[in-house]
Amino acid sequence: MSDPAATVTSVTSTLVNAKGLTKHFGSFEAVRGIDVEVSRGEAFGFLGPNGAGKSSTMRMVSCVSPRTGGELRVLGLDPDTDGPRIRARIGVVPQQDNLDTELTVRQNLQVYGRYFGLSRSAVRAKATELMEFAQLSDRADAEVEPLSGGMKRRLTIARSLVNDPDLLLLDEPTTGLDPQARHLLWDRLFRLKQSGVTLIITTHYMDEAEQLCDRLVVMDGGRIAAEGSPGELIRRYSTKEVLELRFPPGEQSGDEVRDLAERIEVLPDRVLLYTSDGEAALAAAHARGVRPVSSLVRRSTLEDVFLRLTGRTLVD
Amino acid sequence: MTNETSTTDVPAPSPSAAPRGRAGLLLRIVPPGLYAGRAHVLVERSYLVSTRGWMSVLSGFFEPLFFLFSLGYGLGQLVTTVAGPGGPMPYAEFVAPALLAASAMNGAVFEATFNLFFKFKYAKTYDAVLATPLGPVDIALGEAAWCLIRGGLYSAGFIVVMLGFGLVSSPWALLALPACLLVALAFAAVGMAASTFMRSWQDFDLVQLAVMPLFLFSTTFYPLSVYPGWLQTVVQWTPLYHAIELMRALTTGYVGWGALVNVAYFVVMAVVGVVVAARRLGKLLLT
Repeated sequence: MSDPAATVTSVTSTLVNAKGLTKHFGSFEAVRGIDVEVSRGEAFGFLGPNGAGKSSTMRMVSCVSPRTGGELRVLGLDPDTDGPRIRARIGVVPQQDNLDTELTVRQNLQVYGRYFGLSRSAVRAKATELMEFAQLSDRADAEVEPLSGGMKRRLTIARSLVNDPDLLLLDEPTTGLDPQARHLLWDRLFRLKQSGVTLIITTHYMDEAEQLCDRLVVMDGGRIAAEGSPGELIRRYSTKEVLELRFPPGEQSGDEVRDLAERIEVLPDRVLLYTSDGEAALAAAHARGVRPVSSLVRRSTLEDVFLRLTGRTLVD
Repeated sequence: MTNETSTTDVPAPSPSAAPRGRAGLLLRIVPPGLYAGRAHVLVERSYLVSTRGWMSVLSGFFEPLFFLFSLGYGLGQLVTTVAGPGGPMPYAEFVAPALLAASAMNGAVFEATFNLFFKFKYAKTYDAVLATPLGPVDIALGEAAWCLIRGGLYSAGFIVVMLGFGLVSSPWALLALPACLLVALAFAAVGMAASTFMRSWQDFDLVQLAVMPLFLFSTTFYPLSVYPGWLQTVVQWTPLYHAIELMRALTTGYVGWGALVNVAYFVVMAVVGVVVAARRLGKLLLT
């Protein structure tokens, strides 16, 4: 396929470009004007609580949901007019597996390849290759329904790769999986990233975002609350370390330690002190006679950033 | 895969999907994004599914046969002759073409409503399809074509049985098979369109409510003359009546210009059904 668009976008390095992108469902505004740029080879994340507008954004980028307003270019093309051409070159892993339950594992991959216009012999070879990649070769001729959640997810990801996509969209790829299945999936996604596939991932798991994403945006209420690499976001919205002091529920107000940290947060059973030096803050608290049940000094994570940006009432 | 004839004088942007030559015209009419010219892949899928469950496919063949034996021969012992297109005729010969038409309808409606609704609402099969270059028109055409193939096989089987029992008296009967395909296509298309409006399995009672009286009252078992005048007019507007008229004309050889009206009826029905089904699928899935 030597269509002109392919040669145009192969020289551009921006695969997704959105400006003021909005999506309304009736009177409900799911996405309220977001600007996003994803470059070739990047692993880009959309983080946010449920209902933040992540999936709506993903559906618009995958050209199965027309945008309400704003600008959107995917692979340099406009989804409104070039949907099929864009879809031919992207892979989509939807939030809920929509595997073909009337077909076997192998047939799922083969038939999906046929949807992309691949020849019968090409899909045969591709299916074998992908089942190996997804560690499903021994289940090749099995029904899809009895597979475990992790296997189904791996098959969905394998299916999304059948057309060798330039861009892979993964909507909450590991939600509902056990830790083993998640780590196996992360490993596969990491390999894809190494091989140059551009990834866009939505998730509400912070560890997933930290593991996989070079750059991410935090979405909340249909808007972008923050943007940067995981490290940048932690530096900007949190402190280097966090001291957690645990008390019997309701027995502390945080008043005695308030001035020991840049910011503190009082939870029912804990006080969190955001500080650059957790050990020093702990020593200072001990010196003041504060006696927590237990204490923990840890590095700040994206979860701290996330909670700060998207909720849990904060006490500064 | 590329087709030289499609690159003539129109400098339209070539769709990314290399279209099959035969689909070229449709590709130019249907707006981009709705049709990739690859409906045949959906047929391939259905074929694969059917090879995994051939028993359910086979069962569709026997239903009209049971009706033929019970009514044509059982009831035929009591009702010896009945007024057919060309005068009195044996009852079995009168009922057989009507059952042929009814089985084309039943098979198509069942396949188009239950199967489409399941894939559309529960299995989310079409969500996965629409994430590829394929569009809703590919789905509507592909699924209608499969209903047609399956219905065609049943009809062919039934026609062979009719031949075997001497219930065919004209070479016109050769056209009964293509006529069955047209009838099946029309009912499948309308059934698909209807199933996009259904909210739950309960609504399928409405399908039964539509199909059952059609089957019983569309001159399947007795001629139109038994009805009072006004009711004759009502029956003459219903689809299965036209299908039965067409089949009876072809298997008995009394073919008149009226057959063209029957054919036109189903062409319109098929076009309207496919257009509505494709529109509704697009509207419901591409939100």
